[in-house]
Amino acid sequence: MASTELDLPVASRAAPVRWRLPGTGRRLVSPLALLVLWQLASSTGLLPERLLAAPSVVAATALDLVSSGTLPEALAVSLGRVAAGFSLGALAGVGLALVAGLSRLGEYAVDPPMQMLRALPLFGLIPLFILWFGIGETPKVTLLALGVAFPLYLNTFAGIRGVDAKLAEVAEVLRLSRGELIRHVVLPGALPQVLVGLRQSLGVGWLVLIVAEQVNADSGLGYMINDAREFLRTDVIVVGLLVYCALGLVTDGLVRLLERRALAWRRGLLG
Amino acid sequence: MATRAARLSAEPAAGQAATVRGLTRSFGDRRVLGGVDLDIAPGEFVALLGRSGSGKSTLLRVLAGLDREARGEIGVATTVAVSFQEPRLVPWKRVLANVALGLRGPDPVGRARAALAEVGLTEHLNAWPLTLSGGEAQRVSLARALVREPGLLLLDEPFGALDALTKISMHRLVVDLWARHRPGVLLVTHDVDEALLLADRVLVLDGGRIAHESAVPLARPRHRDHHDLVALRAGLLRRLGVDPEETA
Repeated sequence: MASTELDLPVASRAAPVRWRLPGTGRRLVSPLALLVLWQLASSTGLLPERLLAAPSVVAATALDLVSSGTLPEALAVSLGRVAAGFSLGALAGVGLALVAGLSRLGEYAVDPPMQMLRALPLFGLIPLFILWFGIGETPKVTLLALGVAFPLYLNTFAGIRGVDAKLAEVAEVLRLSRGELIRHVVLPGALPQVLVGLRQSLGVGWLVLIVAEQVNADSGLGYMINDAREFLRTDVIVVGLLVYCALGLVTDGLVRLLERRALAWRRGLLG
Repeated sequence: MATRAARLSAEPAAGQAATVRGLTRSFGDRRVLGGVDLDIAPGEFVALLGRSGSGKSTLLRVLAGLDREARGEIGVATTVAVSFQEPRLVPWKRVLANVALGLRGPDPVGRARAALAEVGLTEHLNAWPLTLSGGEAQRVSLARALVREPGLLLLDEPFGALDALTKISMHRLVVDLWARHRPGVLLVTHDVDEALLLADRVLVLDGGRIAHESAVPLARPRHRDHHDLVALRAGLLRRLGVDPEETA
């Protein structure tokens, strides 16, 4: 017993020096290692450029695409599509949810068709949309709007219906008018769920954009990627994918910021 | 249809904060209230005792206008305010906005501020409700009720979820506020001591009716060991089906 206890301090002194990296730094180690591996595989010819360009090539291409104006131009077109499709879809989704959520009549009129339509495979509609709207901007924006509308509709509707009945009783006891009830209790109560819907719909929105832009596009990020495929430019394809990633992350961050602002009252709950 | 509860529109009998005649309420086959008669005078503090499931909260909800299925004649004061067991503050409105919510008349915010000062919460005007303690939230709820200057104040076990020390200070606060504003009060509780410390009159609801009534003609503040209260307590506990010897 005594001898093992005496050995212990010696053993701990011999322990290897621990890495002193902050939390985020520690989490960056393995992605950076993968990047280095990727670069090595490309440099040694193990990974042919025709399959996947080296990170260094991708970086150089990204700079080229920016300075030549190709990427900013494509980005502007894609952002325009998302802005148009998202605004239309959000307006429709939230608007219909208000109609369905705030009145029984509205629910009977709006909810059954919405529940049926949401079962439709969105991308399965592309052939029909091409027949109806041609191959211009209209089918892309419509598809985006449709993709965005459903998550927002479902979450807003559920949010409105999920408002605490006890608070509705308080509103009744305080003699709030119907308008005041909606403004002070129902809508703020539904907001957390609406923001969940917003994040979902933005996720769907970017996905729909990528798919819609692969179909007969003559401008935008999707066109840039498709065009690169024709010339086996894997570097351009990777740049395009990275831009899609960044866009998704940025909008998600914006919604998080909005959540922190609009749901400040919940901070007490979260501690 | 003649016996249909006429909710808040009906005026109480002359000079009463609330009048109830022949009130009945059933949930399915279960008859919870079977002919309740009740009068609350203006400025009178009435406590309603009853075992769990005796229908005391149902009676309060009828008076609050939250139960449209009850039958009978009901008249209540023009302004009725309610404070529930859970404070039921609107979580996304700050304390001041909660008290001012739906308040009509001139300067609602100023009146809300004054009401919060009365319950001693001046420094929490801008706090979010979820950051308040149970006692603080319940005081906000009281301020929200009293700022409406109700003719009838309904208290649905408002101290039930509070710890013993907070409860004592809340009892004092309620008596102070009642003495200053003089609403008719119906306090629903299962706590015999609470009823005896606060009320002018203690009712026992049993079998769907007011089965017993005790006047408590003692000045406030009252001490729970006062010999009159001890005797009243024993009587009320017996009415509630508890042997007072065993609880002592």
